[in-house]
Amino acid sequence: MKNLIAITLRETRSYFSTPSAYIVGAMFLVLTGVFFVFDITRPFAEASVRGISNWSGSFIIFLAPLITMKLLSEEQKLGTLELLLTSPVREWEVVVGKYLASLFMLLFIQSATLYYVLLLYIFGQPDTGPILSTYLGLVLHGAAALSIGILGSSLSGNQIVAAVVSIAILVIFSFIDAVASLVEGTAATFLNSLSMDQRLTDFSRGIIDTSHIIYFLSLIVIFLFLTIRSLETRRWR
Amino acid sequence: MIKVDKVTKFYGEFPAITDLSFEVPKGEILGFLGPNGAGKSTTMKILTGFMPPSSGTVEIAGFNILEESLNARKHIGYLPETVPLYLEMNVSEYLSFMGQIRGMNSKKIKQRITEVIETCSLQDYYKTIIGKLSKGYKQRVGIGQAILHEPDVLVLDEPTIGIDPIQVVETRQLIKGLGEAHTLILSSHILPEVSMICDRVIIINEGQIAAVDNPKNLGTNLSGVERVEIEVKGPNQEIIPVLEKVDHVNSIERIPITGSGYHRYQISVDVGSEIRSQLASVILENQWELLKLQSIGMSLEEIFLKITVHEE
Ligand SMILES: Nc1ncnc2c1ncn2[C@@H]1O[C@H](COP(=O)(O)OP(=O)(O)OP(=O)(O)O)[C@@H](O)[C@H]1O
Ligand SMILES: [Mg+2]
Repeated sequence: MKNLIAITLRETRSYFSTPSAYIVGAMFLVLTGVFFVFDITRPFAEASVRGISNWSGSFIIFLAPLITMKLLSEEQKLGTLELLLTSPVREWEVVVGKYLASLFMLLFIQSATLYYVLLLYIFGQPDTGPILSTYLGLVLHGAAALSIGILGSSLSGNQIVAAVVSIAILVIFSFIDAVASLVEGTAATFLNSLSMDQRLTDFSRGIIDTSHIIYFLSLIVIFLFLTIRSLETRRWR
Repeated sequence: MIKVDKVTKFYGEFPAITDLSFEVPKGEILGFLGPNGAGKSTTMKILTGFMPPSSGTVEIAGFNILEESLNARKHIGYLPETVPLYLEMNVSEYLSFMGQIRGMNSKKIKQRITEVIETCSLQDYYKTIIGKLSKGYKQRVGIGQAILHEPDVLVLDEPTIGIDPIQVVETRQLIKGLGEAHTLILSSHILPEVSMICDRVIIINEGQIAAVDNPKNLGTNLSGVERVEIEVKGPNQEIIPVLEKVDHVNSIERIPITGSGYHRYQISVDVGSEIRSQLASVILENQWELLKLQSIGMSLEEIFLKITVHEE
């Protein structure tokens, strides 16, 4: 546990000591801001964060891999993984420690969008329930995307490759419902149930479905587990 | 302290090391010597538990590196060949992190960082970002993290590579000093370095042990001969036949030298026969002048070449 905290702290500090995280974060804020403005300036617009939710769900496909791509790739490339894995540290402590740091980074970036929420409260009377559920959805969705991102980063010493692999997996999980509409019956239900986007939409409507929460948490567990295995088998290669 | 038993490692089809067995008792400094691609780094990655061997076992401080990996790793300090460091951290932050993941408490970490900074002469670079350090100082930070937690076993992969000649001398001194408190295994392809630092040398070539001995003995035992070099003033045609008759002399080779009047010979003699005084008295009996009489071993360079270069 102490190892895990040490790794999380080091990684978090490293995020804030390099400019790339700020750049990525700023880009995300500008984009969500733009779509937020589009959404609330439509005629008959309601005071809601749906604009943020709809779009940041898609942005996450790029944001999460950008945050996580260096986590294990860089360690492989620099060779620091060799020191980490020859220290008395378990693989899961490395993976979970780094994952938590990326989660902090994501929360930090997402929390900046609260500024837009503040504007809503100043200039309108938004419904608090859906805003809370939207943010719960965004955090869960983001956290799941990060777990896919860290798996990608365990697979290659090249950060670009890591990011591309993660983006590919995320695209599948996001748009699989489009494929579902092409087929019928149980196959369609199954494919639909894998989709992240459908569930995120529910959250933005103010629906908190336990099965959605379980879905995202399961994704996190599964992908972190795969990352740990990937790190273990790295040794055997 | 280190026990390596019949370790083999395949990279795909390629055997990087084959059937390697050796032991390092507590307190010994073992040199691991071999040309490029001999399998030194591979062996060290296996010793430290980074990579499992394809077959065979490794024990560190009594713990099997695979089965009791965590316990074994607690006893190891490791400097990989590439000196991996987190470039965006400063020296003390980095050392502190390495201390934490070795399970040291913060008080101990503080105390040890002060000591290590001193041992590795890093006083002026305590707060410097590692990415900005010169290669030699990065190397010192690498050694620093390896000794931080006072491990029983130190594994250093080419610790002096890339360091300038002045710093190399200091670094070697530093490593030799470390040997007092740790069981140390270091790899190198620099022979004088190994003979200066190490108690014992393993010469490895193409993944197999070619020779094991202490640096002094390697010279005589391996070549099977001992040599004596003499310089004599006298008639060459007479000197050789006379010297050849002395007991235990195997062969005499004349070494051409400029500036005449005297001749230099290398005489190979039976191992362990101490015949220098006999040679001296023979020469004096013949009333030649003896200018030099010296026993010479085979240099490690010669041995190294002899062992590692195949004679077709
Ligand atoms: N990851 C790897 N995959 C495939 N082959 C490898 C790998 N690492 C090393 N080898 C091969 O194994 C052999 C031994 O390599 P190793 O790095 O152990 O040599 P070394 O003795 O450390 O050499 P050097 O003095 O150059 O550092 C070499 O032929 C090398 O090409
Ligand atoms: Mg090597």
